[in-house]
Amino acid sequence: MSVPLLEARRLSVAYRIGRRWFNALNDVSLTIQPNEIHGLVGESGSGKSTLALALMGYLEANARISGGELWFAGRDLCRLSRRDIAAQLWGKHIALVPQNPLDALNPTLTIAEQMTEVTRLHLGLSASAARQQALEGLQRVKLADPERVLARYPHQLSGGQQQRVMIAMALSTRPRLLVLDEPTTALDVTTQAVILDLIRELVRREGTATLYVSHNLGTIAQLCDTVTVLYGGEVLESAPATALFSRPLHPYTLGLLASLPRPENATETRLATIAGIAPALADRPQACVFAPRCIVAVDRCHAEKPALAPYAGRHVRCWRADELATGALTVRQAPAPPPVAAPPKAEVVLRAQGLSKRFVEARPFDRLLGRKPTAVQAVSRVSFHVNGRATLGIVGESGSGKTTLARAIVGLAPADEGTLTLLGVDIPNALAQRPRAALRNLRMIFQNPNDALNPHKTVAQTLGRTLTVMSGGKMDAKARAQRITELLESVGLTAAYAKRYPAQLSGGEKQRVAIARAFAANPALVIADEPTSALDVSVQAVILNLLKDLRAREGASYIVISHDLDVIATLADWIVVMYLGEIVEQGSAAQVYSAPSHPYTEALLSAVPVPDPTRRGGGVRLEGDLPSPRHKPSGCPFHTRCPRFIGQICATDVPPEREGADGHRIRCHHTLDALAAMQQAGLPL
Amino acid sequence: MIAYLTRRVLLLLLTLLLTSALIFALTQLLPGDVARLILGREASPERIAQFNAEFGLDQPALVQYLRWVTGFVTGDWGRSFSAGNAPVRPLVLERFGNSLLLAGVTLLFSVPLGVGLGVLTALNKDTWLDNVVSVATLSVVGLPEFVTGIVLINVFALGLGWFETTSLIRPDMTLNDWWRILVLPALTASLVLVGYIARLTRAGVLEELGKPYVRTARLKGLPPAQVLTRHVLRNALLPTITVIAISVGWLIGGIVVIENVYNYAGIGSELVRAVEQKNLPVLQAISTLIVGVFALANLAADVLYAWLNPRIRLG
Repeated sequence: MSVPLLEARRLSVAYRIGRRWFNALNDVSLTIQPNEIHGLVGESGSGKSTLALALMGYLEANARISGGELWFAGRDLCRLSRRDIAAQLWGKHIALVPQNPLDALNPTLTIAEQMTEVTRLHLGLSASAARQQALEGLQRVKLADPERVLARYPHQLSGGQQQRVMIAMALSTRPRLLVLDEPTTALDVTTQAVILDLIRELVRREGTATLYVSHNLGTIAQLCDTVTVLYGGEVLESAPATALFSRPLHPYTLGLLASLPRPENATETRLATIAGIAPALADRPQACVFAPRCIVAVDRCHAEKPALAPYAGRHVRCWRADELATGALTVRQAPAPPPVAAPPKAEVVLRAQGLSKRFVEARPFDRLLGRKPTAVQAVSRVSFHVNGRATLGIVGESGSGKTTLARAIVGLAPADEGTLTLLGVDIPNALAQRPRAALRNLRMIFQNPNDALNPHKTVAQTLGRTLTVMSGGKMDAKARAQRITELLESVGLTAAYAKRYPAQLSGGEKQRVAIARAFAANPALVIADEPTSALDVSVQAVILNLLKDLRAREGASYIVISHDLDVIATLADWIVVMYLGEIVEQGSAAQVYSAPSHPYTEALLSAVPVPDPTRRGGGVRLEGDLPSPRHKPSGCPFHTRCPRFIGQICATDVPPEREGADGHRIRCHHTLDALAAMQQAGLPL
Repeated sequence: MIAYLTRRVLLLLLTLLLTSALIFALTQLLPGDVARLILGREASPERIAQFNAEFGLDQPALVQYLRWVTGFVTGDWGRSFSAGNAPVRPLVLERFGNSLLLAGVTLLFSVPLGVGLGVLTALNKDTWLDNVVSVATLSVVGLPEFVTGIVLINVFALGLGWFETTSLIRPDMTLNDWWRILVLPALTASLVLVGYIARLTRAGVLEELGKPYVRTARLKGLPPAQVLTRHVLRNALLPTITVIAISVGWLIGGIVVIENVYNYAGIGSELVRAVEQKNLPVLQAISTLIVGVFALANLAADVLYAWLNPRIRLG
């Protein structure tokens, strides 16, 4: 093997909390070869971002290297001062593409100013040469109209464009090591797919060694040659990507891969989960850091820390790795409770007919000057229905109008047109006019549990208030306390949680409380807006299982909104695909996942990063950005990006709704047969 | 940007019109008869009627107001009730010029000092330097201006003799004379401002230093000084600039106490005298002028903010 470009040997990094130092990274060994794309995967709190930055020689003010060595291209970074590292390495030999490109770019400097300062400093280019170089860089990352992009400020670009700029900037000095810290997390799935393709292509062409950091096992599988799994600040496993995904050796990796929602999971089965939560920095176990959550842990695991041991071309930190490798031991989930047989009922719980919502951006002088105020049609003429005990999944990228639709249904952003019928009764669009029964039967779980709970109220107060209001004040204190305990137990929390404040709960626990609140008044329909997008994979599986259990037990229906097709597929029996405020396709999960489907659905499906390195890339990619809803394209709204674009007709005529079997509907100028033929030919789904 | 500016200027004119009407209405509510107050208790009814006719006080309020507005716009600001019925405009404008000068010198002192201290304390957060400067600026802000003013006079004028004890303006002053009378009042006003500016700058710089784009700039390998000046300050100073622009309004109309301590002929003390004497033409002219300065300062702050902040300028 060649000399590694970067090598961390038993590196430890400590943070000061109060007066004590805690190792955020413990004994981390990792090597990156020239030309290698090295994946670093971990959940929040695993220390992956700290490690990515520490490998660059960058530490926060309250952190220090507390042990080990760090070598880059033959130099010991631990012996170099920060000033020397900055002057000699950063931007020149090591470059970073950070997580959220909008925050990572200076809002008050143009793209040209931010790009050229790097090359002028490190390559000594003149102003005009640096500009020319920036222009070429933007062309290499395939940005349309690079001249115009150079003159722009960050906020004038889309997320995908911003990230391309960051990539072009990082590559502008031809660095030897590129560090990508969650580069696609802030992007939509279609943009993510395009950016991942671009990174793969550029890095391969330039031969740049790359460290790719992500919580998303799918993107790791799609991009990386080697993968390091980080948990609790320690490397648990490190292996070539194909080996890791086909045969994980550490129980944690096994659990993570098993807990991923996949379209194959039926909606009535439960996902595998990893019990418990990752330990906080100050409470990490002294022995195996994963032992408290491990289902195959033995006494030794709780007593003694295993070393990161080599094992047939890979490294594993586990006392039972041998048994796992030979097959003497298999990691099996605790037997899941048998799924409650609860098929959807035929009765309709909610029917939406021609729902539309416009936002008017009126400016004070518009009327005076006779200007027409700009209107944004966020949702247009949307119709669907939800059956009893069924789940409707709404999927679409940001800007598709899915959240506005949810808010229109619960009445937070009343629809301008259309009717809502709840349990056979028409209900007013405005929240204030709805009768209490409608409020009780229609509850919402919000996207971010951290914002959805009042930080000054205990769990009991939060739940109690909903109970009081929904019972019309008729519930006495004793009954209320009993119901709160019941609710907490139904979401897998103990009664002790009633006295806690949101700040004392983890993200998953907060979401459980939010779910308990939604179910407090026995609703007929619960609307969940991105219920797991703020949570880690292992916690996500727990919440998805909980939602499934509650659906069966409480007999409620769901509308689940998500940008993540896999999450939708594990929950929903009916899927609605939205694009720019319109439904482009709806059908059962099986119908949506197989041909024929709308070209947009097709693109969404092929953009989902499959956690399998042997099934890489390919499929349909969407070029260009989502058009602004202010300037919605005429005809078919998708025609500007459609990979199956026919011609003039798509731009001028509203496509017809084509009906397939069992209510499957697609809005497209192609016939269903034509779509099926093209998709079966061009896309192994 | 041009549409934005036009809109803002129109709004500013509207503000001026409304406030001038409000001021006029309030002067109508002042207790007592103006003519009798000016002419004295013994004045004959004929004399009073003559005074009222001369200044148009016998007209309906609306007519008086419209007459005043047209006069103000065309440059005829009326005649003072006192001081030999001199025209109001030259008198007020001279005072206004003095105030502008003092405000200018004050900003010259306080802005570089405040911003400098703010940046320094932010970069040395939680060190002894930060603590000392914070305590010092806070305690100075808390002291009333007449106290700091008197202390400054005692030390620098009476003690060291570097400056004059009073800031009387004489007709034949050289540049050096102006300097000697302006420094102490400007310093007194600065002591109030420096604390605010420094604290705001410190908070701004600290907030920006924690943002991801600063890390990006550092990881580009830029020298620390360049990271600070090119990346951090431009964003960190945005709120400070707004406060500085708005403080111009305070410096013009709100430093009566400082003007009195130093006997400086500014517009604030003239306003107080006009109120005491019910000198309505002077009162109205000065009030409108001060409102105008406040509105202009706000406009300047907003325009400057928008100009420095492309997120607002380019929506």
